[in-house]
Amino acid sequence: MIWSEILAELIRRATSDLPADVEAALRTAAASEQPQSQAALFLTALTENAALARKKSVPMCQDTGTLNFFWSVPRGTDESVFEQAARAATERATREGWLRRNTLDGLTGRSIDSNVAEGCPVCHFEQRSESGGQRSEAVEVWLLQKGGGCENMSRQFSLPDDSLLAGRDLEGVRRCLLQAVWEAQGYGCAPGILGVCVGADRAEGFRVAKRQLLRTLDDSAAEPALAELERRVLAEANLLGVGPMGTGGNTTLLGVKVAARPRLPASYFVTVAYMCWACRRRGVRVCGDKVEWLG
Amino acid sequence: MREIVYPFSEAAVRDLCVGEAVRVSGLIFTGRDRLHKYLAEGGAVPVALRDGGIYHCGPVVVPEGAGWRVVAAGPTTSVREEPYMAKVIAEHGLRVIIGKGGMGAATRTACQKYGCVYLQAAGGAAALLAQRVRRVAGVCLLEEFGATEALWQLEVEGLETVVGLDTCGASLFEEVQAASGAVLQRLLTSS
Repeated sequence: MIWSEILAELIRRATSDLPADVEAALRTAAASEQPQSQAALFLTALTENAALARKKSVPMCQDTGTLNFFWSVPRGTDESVFEQAARAATERATREGWLRRNTLDGLTGRSIDSNVAEGCPVCHFEQRSESGGQRSEAVEVWLLQKGGGCENMSRQFSLPDDSLLAGRDLEGVRRCLLQAVWEAQGYGCAPGILGVCVGADRAEGFRVAKRQLLRTLDDSAAEPALAELERRVLAEANLLGVGPMGTGGNTTLLGVKVAARPRLPASYFVTVAYMCWACRRRGVRVCGDKVEWLG
Repeated sequence: MREIVYPFSEAAVRDLCVGEAVRVSGLIFTGRDRLHKYLAEGGAVPVALRDGGIYHCGPVVVPEGAGWRVVAAGPTTSVREEPYMAKVIAEHGLRVIIGKGGMGAATRTACQKYGCVYLQAAGGAAALLAQRVRRVAGVCLLEEFGATEALWQLEVEGLETVVGLDTCGASLFEEVQAASGAVLQRLLTSS
Protein backbone atom coordinates (compact mmCIF):
# COMPACT_ATOMS: atom_id res chain seq x y z
CA MET A 1 0.00 0.00 0.00
CA ILE A 2 1.70 3.21 -1.15
CA TRP A 3 0.30 5.96 1.02
CA SER A 4 1.62 8.88 -1.01
CA GLU A 5 -0.33 7.58 -4.04
CA ILE A 6 -3.51 7.05 -2.05
CA LEU A 7 -3.27 10.56 -0.62
CA ALA A 8 -2.57 12.14 -4.03
CA GLU A 9 -5.77 10.48 -5.26
CA LEU A 10 -7.56 11.75 -2.13
CA ILE A 11 -6.44 15.30 -2.99
CA ARG A 12 -7.58 14.89 -6.61
CA ARG A 13 -11.00 13.76 -5.42
CA ALA A 14 -11.35 16.50 -2.80
CA THR A 15 -10.26 19.33 -5.08
CA SER A 16 -12.36 18.34 -8.10
CA ASP A 17 -15.35 16.42 -6.78
CA LEU A 18 -17.80 18.44 -4.67
CA PRO A 19 -19.52 16.18 -2.10
CA ALA A 20 -22.94 14.98 -3.28
CA ASP A 21 -24.82 16.46 -0.32
CA VAL A 22 -23.37 19.95 -0.93
CA GLU A 23 -24.10 19.77 -4.64
CA ALA A 24 -27.68 18.65 -3.93
CA ALA A 25 -28.07 21.54 -1.47
CA LEU A 26 -26.90 24.02 -4.14
CA ARG A 27 -29.44 22.59 -6.59
CA THR A 28 -32.26 22.82 -4.06
CA ALA A 29 -31.18 26.36 -3.20
CA ALA A 30 -31.13 27.40 -6.87
CA ALA A 31 -34.72 26.20 -7.20
CA SER A 32 -35.76 28.13 -4.09
CA GLU A 33 -34.56 31.48 -5.47
CA GLN A 34 -36.64 33.63 -7.81
CA PRO A 35 -36.19 32.41 -11.38
CA GLN A 36 -33.63 34.50 -13.31
CA SER A 37 -32.59 36.32 -10.11
CA GLN A 38 -28.88 36.95 -9.54
CA ALA A 39 -29.00 34.39 -6.73
CA ALA A 40 -30.51 31.70 -8.97
CA LEU A 41 -28.01 32.39 -11.75
CA PHE A 42 -25.01 32.22 -9.39
CA LEU A 43 -26.20 28.99 -7.78
CA THR A 44 -26.80 27.42 -11.17
CA ALA A 45 -23.30 28.49 -12.26
CA LEU A 46 -21.91 26.78 -9.15
CA THR A 47 -23.60 23.47 -10.00
CA GLU A 48 -22.31 23.71 -13.59
CA ASN A 49 -18.86 24.45 -12.20
CA ALA A 50 -19.04 21.40 -9.94
CA ALA A 51 -19.96 19.12 -12.84
CA LEU A 52 -17.18 20.54 -15.03
CA ALA A 53 -14.49 20.27 -12.33
CA ARG A 54 -15.46 16.64 -11.67
CA LYS A 55 -15.46 15.75 -15.37
CA LYS A 56 -12.09 17.36 -16.06
CA SER A 57 -10.38 16.55 -12.74
CA VAL A 58 -9.50 20.21 -12.18
CA PRO A 59 -9.86 22.31 -9.03
CA MET A 60 -13.46 23.51 -8.51
CA CYS A 61 -11.98 26.64 -6.90
CA GLN A 62 -8.63 28.21 -7.79
CA ASP A 63 -7.91 28.70 -4.08
CA THR A 64 -7.15 25.09 -3.29
CA GLY A 65 -6.82 26.11 0.33
CA THR A 66 -5.04 24.88 3.40
CA LEU A 67 -4.84 21.11 3.37
CA ASN A 68 -6.05 19.74 6.71
CA PHE A 69 -5.63 15.99 7.11
CA PHE A 70 -7.53 14.47 10.04
CA TRP A 71 -6.10 11.03 10.82
CA SER A 72 -7.49 8.21 12.90
CA VAL A 73 -4.81 5.56 13.48
CA PRO A 74 -4.30 2.54 15.77
CA ARG A 75 -2.59 3.15 19.09
CA GLY A 76 1.18 3.05 18.80
CA THR A 77 1.31 4.09 15.12
CA ASP A 78 4.43 5.91 13.89
CA GLU A 79 2.74 9.06 12.61
CA SER A 80 5.81 10.42 10.84
CA VAL A 81 5.32 7.90 8.02
CA PHE A 82 1.87 9.30 7.28
CA GLU A 83 3.03 12.89 7.61
CA GLN A 84 5.78 12.22 5.08
CA ALA A 85 3.27 10.60 2.69
CA ALA A 86 1.01 13.64 2.98
CA ARG A 87 3.92 15.92 2.04
CA ALA A 88 4.88 13.77 -0.96
CA ALA A 89 1.24 13.65 -2.12
CA THR A 90 0.92 17.43 -1.81
CA GLU A 91 4.01 17.98 -3.94
CA ARG A 92 2.73 15.57 -6.58
CA ALA A 93 -0.78 17.10 -6.61
CA THR A 94 0.75 20.55 -7.09
CA ARG A 95 2.73 19.34 -10.12
CA GLU A 96 -0.49 17.85 -11.56
CA GLY A 97 -2.33 21.19 -11.28
CA TRP A 98 -4.77 19.79 -8.69
CA LEU A 99 -3.39 22.33 -6.24
CA ARG A 100 -2.40 25.93 -6.85
CA ARG A 101 1.04 27.17 -5.86
CA ASN A 102 -0.59 28.37 -2.72
CA THR A 103 2.07 28.75 -0.04
CA LEU A 104 4.06 31.89 0.71
CA ASP A 105 6.96 32.32 3.10
CA GLY A 106 5.49 33.99 6.19
CA LEU A 107 8.27 36.58 6.37
CA THR A 108 9.41 37.31 2.82
CA GLY A 109 6.23 36.46 0.92
CA ARG A 110 8.23 34.36 -1.56
CA SER A 111 6.25 31.57 -3.16
CA ILE A 112 7.02 28.08 -1.87
CA ASP A 113 6.10 26.43 -5.15
CA SER A 114 5.94 22.85 -3.84
CA ASN A 115 3.31 23.74 -1.18
CA VAL A 116 5.39 21.71 1.27
CA ALA A 117 6.90 23.50 4.26
CA GLU A 118 6.91 23.43 8.04
CA GLY A 119 3.32 22.69 9.07
CA CYS A 120 2.17 22.44 5.41
CA PRO A 121 0.13 20.39 4.86
CA VAL A 122 -1.52 20.26 8.30
CA CYS A 123 -1.89 16.81 9.89
CA HIS A 124 -4.04 16.20 12.98
CA PHE A 125 -3.64 12.73 14.48
CA GLU A 126 -5.91 10.85 16.79
CA GLN A 127 -4.67 7.52 18.11
CA ARG A 128 -7.69 5.31 18.75
CA SER A 129 -8.23 3.67 22.09
CA GLU A 130 -9.19 0.03 21.71
CA SER A 131 -12.84 -0.43 22.55
CA GLY A 132 -14.03 -3.76 23.97
CA GLY A 133 -10.67 -5.39 23.36
CA GLN A 134 -11.23 -5.22 19.59
CA ARG A 135 -8.15 -3.76 17.93
CA SER A 136 -8.63 -2.46 14.39
CA GLU A 137 -5.58 -1.92 12.19
CA ALA A 138 -7.51 0.40 9.88
CA VAL A 139 -6.18 3.86 9.10
CA GLU A 140 -8.76 6.47 8.22
CA VAL A 141 -7.98 9.95 6.98
CA TRP A 142 -10.22 12.86 6.00
CA LEU A 143 -9.01 15.82 4.00
CA LEU A 144 -10.55 19.26 4.31
CA GLN A 145 -9.40 21.89 1.78
CA LYS A 146 -10.33 25.30 3.12
CA GLY A 147 -9.64 28.43 1.08
CA GLY A 148 -8.39 31.78 2.33
CA GLY A 149 -11.47 33.83 1.49
CA CYS A 150 -13.63 31.89 3.92
CA GLU A 151 -10.82 31.42 6.46
CA ASN A 152 -10.58 35.22 6.66
CA MET A 153 -14.25 35.31 7.73
CA SER A 154 -13.80 32.83 10.58
CA ARG A 155 -14.29 34.36 14.02
CA GLN A 156 -13.64 33.68 17.67
CA PHE A 157 -15.81 35.31 20.32
CA SER A 158 -15.08 35.45 24.03
CA LEU A 159 -18.24 35.54 26.11
CA PRO A 160 -19.71 37.55 27.66
CA ASP A 161 -19.64 40.05 24.79
CA ASP A 162 -21.33 43.32 25.69
CA SER A 163 -21.55 44.65 22.16
CA LEU A 164 -23.62 41.60 21.13
CA LEU A 165 -25.45 41.29 24.47
CA ALA A 166 -24.16 37.73 24.38
CA GLY A 167 -23.92 35.95 27.71
CA ARG A 168 -22.46 32.59 28.60
CA ASP A 169 -25.31 30.41 27.38
CA LEU A 170 -26.68 29.02 24.11
CA GLU A 171 -28.59 32.25 23.48
CA GLY A 172 -25.23 34.03 23.62
CA VAL A 173 -23.81 31.47 21.17
CA ARG A 174 -26.75 32.05 18.81
CA ARG A 175 -26.07 35.79 18.80
CA CYS A 176 -22.39 35.22 17.96
CA LEU A 177 -23.22 32.90 15.08
CA LEU A 178 -25.74 35.27 13.47
CA GLN A 179 -23.28 38.15 13.86
CA ALA A 180 -20.53 36.08 12.19
CA VAL A 181 -22.78 35.23 9.23
CA TRP A 182 -23.77 38.86 8.82
CA GLU A 183 -20.16 40.06 8.97
CA ALA A 184 -19.15 37.49 6.36
CA GLN A 185 -21.62 38.93 3.80
CA GLY A 186 -20.35 37.70 0.42
CA TYR A 187 -16.67 37.96 1.34
CA GLY A 188 -16.33 34.29 2.25
CA CYS A 189 -18.20 32.95 -0.80
CA ALA A 190 -21.70 32.48 0.58
CA PRO A 191 -23.69 30.29 0.81
CA GLY A 192 -21.45 29.09 3.60
CA ILE A 193 -21.34 26.38 6.22
CA LEU A 194 -20.49 27.05 9.88
CA GLY A 195 -18.30 24.70 11.88
CA VAL A 196 -18.59 25.78 15.50
CA CYS A 197 -16.91 24.91 18.77
CA VAL A 198 -18.35 26.08 22.08
CA GLY A 199 -15.68 25.93 24.81
CA ALA A 200 -12.06 24.67 24.65
CA ASP A 201 -9.10 27.06 24.46
CA ARG A 202 -8.48 29.31 21.46
CA ALA A 203 -6.30 26.90 19.47
CA GLU A 204 -8.34 23.76 20.19
CA GLY A 205 -11.50 25.77 19.43
CA PHE A 206 -10.49 26.26 15.82
CA ARG A 207 -9.36 22.65 15.42
CA VAL A 208 -12.68 21.34 16.69
CA ALA A 209 -14.67 23.91 14.69
CA LYS A 210 -12.93 22.88 11.47
CA ARG A 211 -13.42 19.21 12.30
CA GLN A 212 -17.21 19.84 12.31
CA LEU A 213 -17.00 20.77 8.61
CA LEU A 214 -16.41 17.09 7.84
CA ARG A 215 -19.98 16.31 8.95
CA THR A 216 -22.53 15.91 6.16
CA LEU A 217 -25.20 18.58 5.84
CA ASP A 218 -27.94 16.25 7.09
CA ASP A 219 -26.04 15.35 10.25
CA SER A 220 -27.41 16.76 13.51
CA ALA A 221 -25.53 17.12 16.78
CA ALA A 222 -26.24 14.19 19.12
CA GLU A 223 -26.96 16.56 22.00
CA PRO A 224 -30.55 17.83 21.53
CA ALA A 225 -29.79 21.39 22.69
CA LEU A 226 -27.00 21.72 20.13
CA ALA A 227 -29.11 20.12 17.40
CA GLU A 228 -31.83 22.68 18.10
CA LEU A 229 -29.27 25.50 17.97
CA GLU A 230 -27.98 24.21 14.60
CA ARG A 231 -31.48 24.08 13.18
CA ARG A 232 -32.47 27.49 14.49
CA VAL A 233 -29.35 29.39 13.39
CA LEU A 234 -29.54 27.86 9.90
CA ALA A 235 -33.16 28.98 9.52
CA GLU A 236 -32.53 32.45 10.94
CA ALA A 237 -29.36 33.07 8.93
CA ASN A 238 -31.33 32.37 5.77
CA LEU A 239 -33.73 35.18 6.70
CA LEU A 240 -30.88 37.72 6.55
CA GLY A 241 -31.09 38.08 2.78
CA VAL A 242 -27.30 38.21 2.24
CA GLY A 243 -27.68 35.58 -0.46
CA PRO A 244 -25.14 33.84 -2.68
CA MET A 245 -22.00 35.98 -3.05
CA GLY A 246 -23.62 38.73 -0.97
CA THR A 247 -25.84 40.10 -3.71
CA GLY A 248 -29.12 39.19 -2.02
CA GLY A 249 -31.32 36.10 -1.93
CA ASN A 250 -32.75 33.39 0.30
CA THR A 251 -29.64 31.23 0.48
CA THR A 252 -27.01 32.52 2.88
CA LEU A 253 -26.05 29.32 4.74
CA LEU A 254 -26.18 25.62 3.82
CA GLY A 255 -25.45 24.19 7.24
CA VAL A 256 -24.49 24.77 10.87
CA LYS A 257 -22.50 22.12 12.77
CA VAL A 258 -21.83 22.71 16.45
CA ALA A 259 -19.76 20.78 19.00
CA ALA A 260 -19.14 21.57 22.66
CA ARG A 261 -15.88 20.95 24.52
CA PRO A 262 -14.79 21.39 28.14
CA ARG A 263 -13.48 24.86 29.04
CA LEU A 264 -11.77 26.73 31.84
CA PRO A 265 -14.09 28.45 34.30
CA ALA A 266 -12.63 31.79 33.18
CA SER A 267 -13.08 31.22 29.42
CA TYR A 268 -16.10 30.78 27.21
CA PHE A 269 -15.02 30.81 23.58
CA VAL A 270 -17.35 30.52 20.62
CA THR A 271 -15.21 29.62 17.63
CA VAL A 272 -16.69 29.84 14.15
CA ALA A 273 -14.96 28.24 11.17
CA TYR A 274 -16.72 29.78 8.17
CA MET A 275 -16.58 27.49 5.13
CA CYS A 276 -17.47 28.57 1.60
CA TRP A 277 -19.88 26.59 -0.57
CA ALA A 278 -16.85 24.71 -2.00
CA CYS A 279 -16.72 22.45 1.04
CA ARG A 280 -14.00 20.10 -0.13
CA ARG A 281 -14.03 17.10 2.18
CA ARG A 282 -13.14 13.56 1.21
CA GLY A 283 -11.91 10.55 3.15
CA VAL A 284 -10.30 7.17 2.70
CA ARG A 285 -10.12 4.12 4.93
CA VAL A 286 -7.37 1.59 4.45
CA CYS A 287 -7.33 -1.80 6.15
CA GLY A 288 -4.77 -4.28 4.89
CA ASP A 289 -5.15 -4.32 1.08
CA LYS A 290 -8.64 -2.87 1.19
CA VAL A 291 -9.04 0.79 0.18
CA GLU A 292 -12.44 2.34 0.77
CA TRP A 293 -13.18 5.87 -0.46
CA LEU A 294 -15.38 7.92 1.85
CA GLY A 295 -17.61 10.95 1.35
CA MET B 1 -26.98 40.79 -21.43
CA ARG B 2 -24.48 43.62 -22.00
CA GLU B 3 -21.08 43.13 -23.66
CA ILE B 4 -17.87 45.08 -23.18
CA VAL B 5 -14.61 44.55 -25.05
CA TYR B 6 -11.03 45.64 -24.27
CA PRO B 7 -9.90 48.43 -24.59
CA PHE B 8 -12.85 49.62 -22.50
CA SER B 9 -14.13 53.12 -23.28
CA GLU B 10 -15.32 55.50 -20.59
CA ALA B 11 -18.66 55.80 -22.42
CA ALA B 12 -19.16 52.02 -22.39
CA VAL B 13 -18.58 51.66 -18.65
CA ARG B 14 -20.59 54.78 -17.76
CA ASP B 15 -23.52 53.14 -19.53
CA LEU B 16 -23.61 50.18 -17.08
CA CYS B 17 -25.84 50.06 -14.01
CA VAL B 18 -25.72 48.04 -10.79
CA GLY B 19 -27.37 44.63 -11.17
CA GLU B 20 -26.89 44.36 -14.94
CA ALA B 21 -25.33 41.21 -16.36
CA VAL B 22 -22.19 41.93 -18.42
CA ARG B 23 -19.95 39.72 -20.52
CA VAL B 24 -16.32 40.80 -20.73
CA SER B 25 -14.08 39.99 -23.70
CA GLY B 26 -10.52 40.78 -24.76
CA LEU B 27 -7.42 41.27 -22.68
CA ILE B 28 -7.62 41.48 -18.87
CA PHE B 29 -4.85 41.52 -16.28
CA THR B 30 -4.89 39.46 -13.10
CA GLY B 31 -3.73 41.17 -9.96
CA ARG B 32 -4.21 40.59 -6.26
CA ASP B 33 -2.64 41.47 -2.92
CA ARG B 34 1.01 41.87 -3.93
CA LEU B 35 0.26 43.76 -7.15
CA HIS B 36 -2.12 46.27 -5.58
CA LYS B 37 0.27 47.14 -2.78
CA TYR B 38 3.10 47.39 -5.32
CA LEU B 39 1.14 49.68 -7.66
CA ALA B 40 -0.12 51.87 -4.82
CA GLU B 41 3.48 52.31 -3.64
CA GLY B 42 4.44 53.55 -7.11
CA GLY B 43 5.66 50.30 -8.65
CA ALA B 44 5.79 50.08 -12.44
CA VAL B 45 4.43 47.33 -14.68
CA PRO B 46 5.45 46.69 -18.29
CA VAL B 47 1.83 46.68 -19.53
CA ALA B 48 -0.49 49.65 -20.07
CA LEU B 49 -3.35 49.42 -17.57
CA ARG B 50 -5.09 52.51 -18.99
CA ASP B 51 -8.58 51.63 -20.32
CA GLY B 52 -7.94 48.10 -19.11
CA GLY B 53 -9.30 45.81 -16.42
CA ILE B 54 -7.79 44.14 -13.38
CA TYR B 55 -9.17 40.74 -12.45
CA HIS B 56 -8.80 39.92 -8.75
CA CYS B 57 -7.67 36.38 -9.39
CA GLY B 58 -4.78 34.07 -8.61
CA PRO B 59 -5.20 31.37 -11.25
CA VAL B 60 -4.05 27.77 -11.24
CA VAL B 61 -1.70 27.59 -14.23
CA VAL B 62 0.33 24.69 -15.54
CA PRO B 63 3.22 24.91 -18.02
CA GLU B 64 2.28 23.77 -21.52
CA GLY B 65 4.78 23.78 -24.38
CA ALA B 66 6.53 27.13 -24.33
CA GLY B 67 3.58 28.77 -22.60
CA TRP B 68 0.98 28.24 -19.96
CA ARG B 69 -2.50 26.81 -19.63
CA VAL B 70 -5.07 28.16 -17.16
CA VAL B 71 -6.76 25.31 -15.28
CA ALA B 72 -8.81 27.26 -12.74
CA ALA B 73 -9.43 31.00 -12.56
CA GLY B 74 -12.19 32.24 -10.29
CA PRO B 75 -12.21 35.61 -8.50
CA THR B 76 -10.65 36.23 -5.09
CA THR B 77 -12.16 38.43 -2.34
CA SER B 78 -11.82 42.02 -3.58
CA VAL B 79 -12.20 43.89 -0.32
CA ARG B 80 -8.60 43.15 0.65
CA GLU B 81 -7.56 45.58 -2.09
CA GLU B 82 -9.79 48.35 -0.73
CA PRO B 83 -6.86 50.30 0.84
CA TYR B 84 -5.16 50.55 -2.59
CA MET B 85 -7.92 50.37 -5.21
CA ALA B 86 -8.97 54.02 -5.44
CA LYS B 87 -5.37 55.15 -5.93
CA VAL B 88 -4.74 52.52 -8.61
CA ILE B 89 -7.92 53.51 -10.47
CA ALA B 90 -6.95 57.20 -10.34
CA GLU B 91 -3.30 56.79 -11.33
CA HIS B 92 -3.58 54.03 -13.91
CA GLY B 93 -6.87 54.88 -15.60
CA LEU B 94 -8.52 51.51 -15.02
CA ARG B 95 -12.02 51.09 -16.43
CA VAL B 96 -12.94 47.67 -15.09
CA ILE B 97 -12.33 45.71 -11.90
CA ILE B 98 -13.51 42.11 -11.72
CA GLY B 99 -13.68 40.29 -8.42
CA LYS B 100 -16.08 39.00 -5.81
CA GLY B 101 -17.67 40.04 -2.55
CA GLY B 102 -17.81 43.76 -3.32
CA MET B 103 -15.68 46.74 -2.34
CA GLY B 104 -16.01 49.74 -0.06
CA ALA B 105 -16.83 53.43 -0.21
CA ALA B 106 -13.41 54.63 -1.42
CA THR B 107 -13.57 52.38 -4.48
CA ARG B 108 -17.21 53.30 -5.09
CA THR B 109 -16.29 57.00 -5.09
CA ALA B 110 -13.29 56.44 -7.38
CA CYS B 111 -15.46 54.47 -9.81
CA GLN B 112 -17.86 57.39 -9.97
CA LYS B 113 -15.17 60.04 -10.31
CA TYR B 114 -12.88 58.40 -12.86
CA GLY B 115 -15.33 56.24 -14.82
CA CYS B 116 -14.69 52.67 -13.70
CA VAL B 117 -16.99 49.74 -12.86
CA TYR B 118 -16.68 46.88 -10.40
CA LEU B 119 -17.97 43.62 -11.83
CA GLN B 120 -18.66 40.54 -9.75
CA ALA B 121 -17.88 37.08 -11.11
CA ALA B 122 -19.17 33.83 -9.56
CA GLY B 123 -16.90 33.29 -6.55
CA GLY B 124 -15.12 29.98 -6.61
CA ALA B 125 -16.54 28.92 -9.98
CA ALA B 126 -12.98 28.45 -11.14
CA ALA B 127 -13.36 25.56 -13.57
CA LEU B 128 -16.23 27.29 -15.35
CA LEU B 129 -14.49 30.66 -15.58
CA ALA B 130 -11.26 29.05 -16.82
CA GLN B 131 -13.28 27.94 -19.86
CA ARG B 132 -13.64 31.63 -20.77
CA VAL B 133 -9.87 32.08 -21.00
CA ARG B 134 -8.85 31.70 -24.65
CA ARG B 135 -5.11 32.03 -24.09
CA VAL B 136 -2.40 33.37 -21.85
CA ALA B 137 -0.97 36.39 -23.69
CA GLY B 138 1.87 36.93 -21.24
CA VAL B 139 2.90 37.21 -17.62
CA CYS B 140 4.90 39.75 -15.63
CA LEU B 141 6.30 39.85 -12.11
CA LEU B 142 6.28 36.04 -12.08
CA GLU B 143 9.70 35.72 -10.48
CA GLU B 144 9.08 38.43 -7.87
CA PHE B 145 5.50 37.58 -6.87
CA GLY B 146 5.19 33.87 -7.72
CA ALA B 147 2.63 32.26 -10.03
CA THR B 148 -0.45 33.00 -7.94
CA GLU B 149 0.26 36.71 -7.34
CA ALA B 150 1.80 37.47 -10.76
CA LEU B 151 0.17 39.73 -13.35
CA TRP B 152 -1.20 37.35 -15.98
CA GLN B 153 -2.39 38.80 -19.27
CA LEU B 154 -5.41 36.72 -20.14
CA GLU B 155 -7.42 36.87 -23.30
CA VAL B 156 -11.01 36.09 -22.30
CA GLU B 157 -14.21 35.66 -24.22
CA GLY B 158 -17.63 36.20 -22.69
CA LEU B 159 -16.58 36.20 -19.01
CA GLU B 160 -19.91 36.40 -17.15
CA THR B 161 -20.22 39.07 -14.47
CA VAL B 162 -22.77 41.33 -12.81
CA VAL B 163 -22.26 45.05 -12.11
CA GLY B 164 -21.59 45.54 -8.38
CA LEU B 165 -20.46 49.20 -8.32
CA ASP B 166 -21.37 51.55 -11.14
CA THR B 167 -20.28 55.03 -12.18
CA CYS B 168 -23.34 56.65 -10.59
CA GLY B 169 -22.12 55.73 -7.10
CA ALA B 170 -24.53 52.83 -6.61
CA SER B 171 -23.42 49.68 -4.76
CA LEU B 172 -25.22 46.35 -4.85
CA PHE B 173 -23.35 45.28 -1.72
CA GLU B 174 -24.07 48.29 0.48
CA GLU B 175 -27.80 47.82 -0.12
CA VAL B 176 -27.66 44.14 0.86
CA GLN B 177 -25.44 44.85 3.87
CA ALA B 178 -27.82 47.50 5.21
CA ALA B 179 -30.96 45.44 4.63
CA SER B 180 -29.45 42.30 6.18
CA GLY B 181 -28.20 44.39 9.11
CA ALA B 182 -31.76 45.49 9.82
CA VAL B 183 -32.95 41.85 9.78
CA LEU B 184 -30.10 40.89 12.11
CA GLN B 185 -31.15 43.55 14.61
CA ARG B 186 -34.74 42.24 14.52
CA LEU B 187 -33.56 38.66 15.07
CA LEU B 188 -31.38 39.71 18.01
CA THR B 189 -34.17 41.70 19.62
CA SER B 190 -36.57 38.76 19.44
CA SER B 191 -34.47 36.22 21.36
